[in-house]
Amino acid sequence: MTLKKVNPDLEKERSTCTFNIEELTNLLDTGAHCTAERRAVEDKVFSVKELKDEIPDEFLSHKERYENAIRKSVFLHKVLQETGVKRGVYNRSDKSDFRTTYYSIFKDGSPFMLQYSMFVPTILGQGDSEQVELWYKRALNMEIIGTYAQTELGHGTFIRGLETEAVYDEKTEEFILNSPSLSSYKWWPGGLGHTTNYCIVMAQLKIKGKPYGMQPFIVQIRDEETHMPLPGVKVGEIGAKLAFNTVNNGFLGFEHVRIPRRHMLMRFSQVSKDGKFTSSANPKLAYGTMVMVRVTIVNSAATYLSRAVTIAIRYSAVRHQSKLKQNEPEPQILDYVTQQHKLFIGIATSHAYMFCSYWLWDVYVMYQKEQNVGNFDRLPELHALACCLKVISSSDCTGLVEKCRMSCGGHGFMMSSNLPQLYGISTATCTYEGENTVMLLQTARALVKAWELGSRGRPFSPTMSYFAEKNVPSKWDSSLEGILNAFQKVSIGKLSSSVSSLQEYTKSGLSAEDAWNKASVQLIGAAEAWGRAVVLSIYKSEIERYGQTVSPALKSVLFDLVELYYVHLTLEKMGDLLLYTQLSEKDVVSLRKKYEDLLEKIRPNAIGLVDAFDYRDEVLNSTLGSYDGFAYERLMTEAMKSPLNAEPVNQSFHKYIKPLMKGKL
Amino acid sequence: MSASKVQTNVDLDKERIKCNFNIQELTYIIDGGKHKTLQRRQIENNVFTSGKHEDQVPDECLSLKERYENAVRKSLDYGDLVRNELLAITGLENFGTPILRRTADAFFKEISPLLLHLGMFVPTIMGQCTAEQQAKWLPLALNLEIYGTYAQTELGHGTFIRGLETTATYDSSTEEFVLHTPTLTAYKWWGGGLGKTANHCIVVAQLYTKGKCYGVHTFIVQIRDAETHEPLPGIKVGEIGPKMGFNTADNGYLGFDHYRIPRENMCMKNAQVLKDGTYMKLGNAKLTYGTMVFVRVTLVSDSAFNLAKAATIAVRYSAVRRQSEAKPGAPEPQVLDYPTQQHKLFICISSALAMQFTANWLWKTFTKYLSEMKKGNVDNLPELHALSSCLKAVSTSDAAAYIEQCRLACGGHGYMTSSRLPHIYSFVVATRTYEGDYTVLLLQTARFLIKAWEQAESGVNLTPTVSYLSRACKVKNTWENSSEGIIRSFEAVAAGKIAHCVKNIREKMQNGLDLDEAWLLTTNLLVSAAEAHCRAVLLRVYHEEAKRLTEESSLNVKEVVDQLVQLYLTYWSLERTGDLLRYTSISENNIHQLEKKYEELLAAIRPNAVGLVDAFDICDEILQSTLGAYDGRVYERLMEEALKTPLNSESVNPAFHKYLKPYRQAKL
Repeated sequence: MTLKKVNPDLEKERSTCTFNIEELTNLLDTGAHCTAERRAVEDKVFSVKELKDEIPDEFLSHKERYENAIRKSVFLHKVLQETGVKRGVYNRSDKSDFRTTYYSIFKDGSPFMLQYSMFVPTILGQGDSEQVELWYKRALNMEIIGTYAQTELGHGTFIRGLETEAVYDEKTEEFILNSPSLSSYKWWPGGLGHTTNYCIVMAQLKIKGKPYGMQPFIVQIRDEETHMPLPGVKVGEIGAKLAFNTVNNGFLGFEHVRIPRRHMLMRFSQVSKDGKFTSSANPKLAYGTMVMVRVTIVNSAATYLSRAVTIAIRYSAVRHQSKLKQNEPEPQILDYVTQQHKLFIGIATSHAYMFCSYWLWDVYVMYQKEQNVGNFDRLPELHALACCLKVISSSDCTGLVEKCRMSCGGHGFMMSSNLPQLYGISTATCTYEGENTVMLLQTARALVKAWELGSRGRPFSPTMSYFAEKNVPSKWDSSLEGILNAFQKVSIGKLSSSVSSLQEYTKSGLSAEDAWNKASVQLIGAAEAWGRAVVLSIYKSEIERYGQTVSPALKSVLFDLVELYYVHLTLEKMGDLLLYTQLSEKDVVSLRKKYEDLLEKIRPNAIGLVDAFDYRDEVLNSTLGSYDGFAYERLMTEAMKSPLNAEPVNQSFHKYIKPLMKGKL
Repeated sequence: MSASKVQTNVDLDKERIKCNFNIQELTYIIDGGKHKTLQRRQIENNVFTSGKHEDQVPDECLSLKERYENAVRKSLDYGDLVRNELLAITGLENFGTPILRRTADAFFKEISPLLLHLGMFVPTIMGQCTAEQQAKWLPLALNLEIYGTYAQTELGHGTFIRGLETTATYDSSTEEFVLHTPTLTAYKWWGGGLGKTANHCIVVAQLYTKGKCYGVHTFIVQIRDAETHEPLPGIKVGEIGPKMGFNTADNGYLGFDHYRIPRENMCMKNAQVLKDGTYMKLGNAKLTYGTMVFVRVTLVSDSAFNLAKAATIAVRYSAVRRQSEAKPGAPEPQVLDYPTQQHKLFICISSALAMQFTANWLWKTFTKYLSEMKKGNVDNLPELHALSSCLKAVSTSDAAAYIEQCRLACGGHGYMTSSRLPHIYSFVVATRTYEGDYTVLLLQTARFLIKAWEQAESGVNLTPTVSYLSRACKVKNTWENSSEGIIRSFEAVAAGKIAHCVKNIREKMQNGLDLDEAWLLTTNLLVSAAEAHCRAVLLRVYHEEAKRLTEESSLNVKEVVDQLVQLYLTYWSLERTGDLLRYTSISENNIHQLEKKYEELLAAIRPNAVGLVDAFDICDEILQSTLGAYDGRVYERLMEEALKTPLNSESVNPAFHKYLKPYRQAKL
């Protein structure tokens, strides 16, 4: 197998691309200097020998994989420190950090993940200055490794239901942490099983028998020298999962474990030595972190999808199958319209959510500044936006990642394609940080409230301003503006009919809660419809904005994708549109035609568009998706790494099969 | 079973008291009769009392190699336990009861490496070998003296069989076929048990004799030495590596370097090569479709069973799990009380039942046609082929989506492999691709439908499942809010979409495109038309079979089954409002009525939800789920399983001393 430089099919594809790939890459990175910076870090990290695997992780036992992940985490930390990468590790400061790729050396996550993403940020956010001084330095030097424990075996999304207790003992000036039941065990935190020696624990604070709600405590769980769990601490790994298997998710229970008073993080609430509770906390402040995490998820969802679609489109350009016409060679499967239908929407959708996440990030940054001077006006809308976009981005992108995987046929089932892992990591976004249905219902609450206030004359916030528009029937209009308008009508229609159902149910004698519960299926529909209208509007306006500065060639291809996204969604949501707008059978037929024309128009740029995501082979980790397109060679090379293939006959033949064949077992 | 040993969760106890119908009675219906239930339970009892299905360490914690070795051991244990049932298999007709597939699930979370021995090797010999050949190979195979598998797909070629590259060239001087793999892409890839386990293999290859290619044929090939198990000279064989599921299936690759096999090893029921190299076709080549159709039929019933598992797990867990405060001050409700949760789960119960009834109906149709085919009548084959293709595509696809919906409905805990839901998903989603990919199969059905439409236009009588086209091409549908009305509307949607495709193709051809080009540009519509046809068939079969099967049932069973059927009809109407608005006279008001009816059905089914999944009668040993066990001890089981992880057998993992500590002390 001599490798030529690049598969000729891909070479040909790259020559048909009509725009400057680098220009699009820079746009996605939010600037040419950001691209350069990202690539410099990648060059460093991916050249470290210790960060590569001899045998793919999937062949190893669960325990071996964990140990390998610890080894790599340590080396990665070292490299990053040498490289001077500080920004983005503990506190996201810039949206270009979204494009960080070095974590892909772990296909299934690092056990240090929560040290960076939750432990240190919580200390910084919730500790008072003295506490920050003490703990932050120790964490930076990796003297302590921590995680964040909130979710329990029996309780997730509903935080008030958590059972772990922290009871203040004023005699010794200590808190006593206790897990009163099996269902109160902390469950899920990354790194908690065998890696971390400290942990932020969320527990119900009780002083003199009186509850004071959930508070964060910093708790030492293992000895700093021997790493043995401390007395009264029950800690371990929760076992195998669909993905994230090297993250070392753990469980944690306390048997009357005592910690000093100052181990409660006291920036917003304090317990004095004599047991007096004071709080300056504005409950609204807690929403900030949640919003940030959800904005990050919108971006992650888009990122996973962009990787999956890169793999699937490159593979579809090198895979040949069946005959389109007699006496012609088998065509690239990317030439089949059914394949284009599955894949091109993946490119457009990842653009839509990527650009929306940048926009939402800017709104969040603006809010943070306002919040610092006590202005929370923007919060209800921002909270609803973060909830709703988290839901539709995670569910859309996960669905499309799986579609990409299936579009690669059987080979997409191979772990060496990396598509199953991408799916596993992506689908987790649908349940973590707020389960999707619960998030939609929270969004619906905000919408119903805004609707009711609006009917009493209160002005609507920007993304809901169309609620005020009069619903006059107008002719169907297939322009972008027209389609956006139609989706806003659907959103209004669904919200107003949910509100009338609620009123009807209350009038018939149901309590407000029962009415809400009964209407909940409709309400999640209304919330989703609002999210759709928002994404359509933001994606379009963002591309219009970028369009003013990019080259005409790039502008044109970016708008092809916007149009594809619009028309695709119109055809998907035809039922709603037929019901709430003047869309007719004839319009549907012409929209279908337009959709097919768009697929054809995008086809020559398909490879260029995925190349522009600029994922190195080390990031994609895929036999099917590498830049050179030698899918079959790589599949075989990976298969040969299987320890089973190191011996022609496996021992189980002599041990089990042969005796059976000879009737001696 | 295990239910009596431990105390059941109180919430589940209450649910079971609430249930208003006779669970056992429904179980008999699902199994196809009381005697079948009893037979199944007896086999399950025999198998499970052995205890040989149990693992000390969860499979997911082992290395891939250890998992394989464990699976081989368990395959043989299992083979021993069900030896009598295996020996009773004498023809394709015997595969109708899924008992062996069900009990095997207790042994393998991810499939036995011997699956294809029974699932493909034996059926191919039955379907494609002469009586003489069967007399030679079947006893060897059924007595487990040889282990076989089936190798068709190649690294570079899947669904498009004519594109396969492996060659079998006849050499009349030695009366042998020479098997050869000309390129990397010609390597066989995927055969289950092929990597390390099988010593024989059915190989599909392009047959060449006297310098002419006669297309793909099947050959029985020995690949490993019977004594030493070493690959024979000229054979390159090995394992293809880790996958999303099926990790103990030992999927393999296989290449030949001018490898010779005797002439008699060609499967010669439908075609022969004589000693002098003369090629002879016997009977109807279409008969080889039999095995293919057979596999698709079994996949429909597998989809039903696996969806039933997922629904059982998610519904029981949702009865035990409590969350949030629906009302201030009140205790947290069971999540099953939330209509959003009912919306996710009840359709899964109903779909599992729909697929099971359809699978049984399809099996009956298949065996009827099979006996007609044996008498030489192949007239019904095209319909059977189209029907099994679209039902395979749609039921595997529905099942995969609903299983994933069940998993997501269990929140984070559904993500644990100990819930078993990730396994069930990865297994079923693979069936969506293999044995004919979803899109490709729907396009095959579409070809049949377009032909049927043309026949309907010219007034030819149509076979039963497409007879609605004759009506639809004459009368416009009017919406009617009854079962029959809804089913007819779905038929109108299918007919409308097929007509639309025909129109589209004709227009494109009038504009100068040839048929292939016009077809290609219509494929997205064709896929959607075939799906609509399949949906109409599912609705009708479910409705009619449910009525037939409950004809003599008690009132309450009748009622609850009818509620599930109504739920299915209403759910799909609401899913497809776009199509119904386009192709029928449904109004906005009708849709609101359907919405209201849907909410009422959810409320009506709620008290029977746990009873309904209990009626699937899937025992804990087969479910292997921490969340779905009969007793509902969810949290206890999650913790028990976690503690089995080898990482937890030591308080401090060696990685601490090897990496973390030295690093902290800057010594690394």
